[in-house]
Amino acid sequence: MFNPRPLAANLNEPVLAVRSLRLSLDGQELLRGLNLHCYEAGVTLVMGANGAGKSLFLRSLHGLLPAEGVIEFAGRSLSETQSEQAMVFQKPTLLRRSVEQNMQFAAPEGTSIAQINALLSEVHLNEKATQPARRLSGGEQQRLALARALLTQPKILLLDEPTASLDPGSVLIIERLIQQASDAGVKVIFVSHDIGQAKRLASDVVFLHQGKITEHSSAQNFFKQPVSKEAQAYLAGELLI
Amino acid sequence: MLIDAFSEAVILIGSADPDLYEIMLLSIEVSLTALIISVLLALPLGTLLAISQFRGKRLVITCLNSLMAMPPVVIGLLVYLMLSRSGPLGVLGLLYTPTAMVIAQILLITPIIASLAHQTMEDLHLEYSELFQSLRVAKLRAIPVYLWDARYSLVTAVLAGFGRAVSEVGAVIIVGGNIDHLTRVMTTAIALETAKGELALALALGMILVAMALLVNAAVMFVRTFAQRNAYV
Repeated sequence: MFNPRPLAANLNEPVLAVRSLRLSLDGQELLRGLNLHCYEAGVTLVMGANGAGKSLFLRSLHGLLPAEGVIEFAGRSLSETQSEQAMVFQKPTLLRRSVEQNMQFAAPEGTSIAQINALLSEVHLNEKATQPARRLSGGEQQRLALARALLTQPKILLLDEPTASLDPGSVLIIERLIQQASDAGVKVIFVSHDIGQAKRLASDVVFLHQGKITEHSSAQNFFKQPVSKEAQAYLAGELLI
Repeated sequence: MLIDAFSEAVILIGSADPDLYEIMLLSIEVSLTALIISVLLALPLGTLLAISQFRGKRLVITCLNSLMAMPPVVIGLLVYLMLSRSGPLGVLGLLYTPTAMVIAQILLITPIIASLAHQTMEDLHLEYSELFQSLRVAKLRAIPVYLWDARYSLVTAVLAGFGRAVSEVGAVIIVGGNIDHLTRVMTTAIALETAKGELALALALGMILVAMALLVNAAVMFVRTFAQRNAYV
């Protein structure tokens, strides 16, 4: 399978530290001074209603957006850790090539064909290795995108709703891989709307509302006794405006 | 008269008339040479324009798009002025040679291929840019990836350039001079033979040109169908 590289963290140092994170695009402030300290490895789930800023937050953590403020992973700056990150987008971007060529493109130097085949096998795509990647179904494309991300052996895995609108079979495969990566010490930050999925995977939950973090607590506490009224309303299935 | 000319044209083609084939081969040679050089210039230019950010980018794109509509006779005139005896490149003695025709065709089709390539690459860049940022793919490594992944769309642009080059008459007649056995190509020969009333040769060359246009279009269709079937576009 893949060889994840655990994020070596000092126990006294947060795995993820975000201080005064702000993002403005076209004169509109979209992330408004976010502060967050995650001391746990495992899966941090980012939840919130549509437009809350979840994807922008994730993209900022990956350095894709010009956010202001401090982002540190295990005490190291974003620029120092960018090469240790991998991201899976909600709509997978696949090269106009075969499945295995998509994997080869992202493979770090020295990656063997056996490693690629093992990962393809994990996502049940080994029999489609020579097929054009963009001919795959939505679920298969997303599985390929996750396998490609894991091939880079990330220490930090960022996932932007990777299972939205997928078939249950694909969701199961993706969740299993995420859990394996997390168990192996990879820090997973996962944006999802799916409360059931959050309960299955999350170790802690960050709740965003209108560009602000209104709550950060362990998954157990979050689902049992959410503190913020926005999170309470969200979990109750109310519309958040 | 028309039927006679048409019959003679068919006989000329069927009998492999040496004059006709000499003209046809020179046309293909000139246009293919121009095409190869234009492709080497236009594809990287179009790609760089699509993936780079710099001051004046919009101006460059506007100029490029405007050059697509440049009248061939104006290009012919400019090349003539450059290559004429009193021009800055007159010393090279290239006027009224196939090389001068190649230069004119390069100037004519490079903006067309570059502009079409730019549009294709811009769409691809929009799709790939976040992934490449995420995978930290350097710009120099990205260019061949863009070129390879857009290859089927680019073939269409290249064939469009070839079609434009081989059917062009205004520029090549100015810089080539339509000299028999030296710079006479299909389009200039058609113009001359028609003016002389020699319709058979003009019609034969016209039929070959139409056949080439059909062949190019068929190739474009084939490439597009293949690419769409494999989700490569």
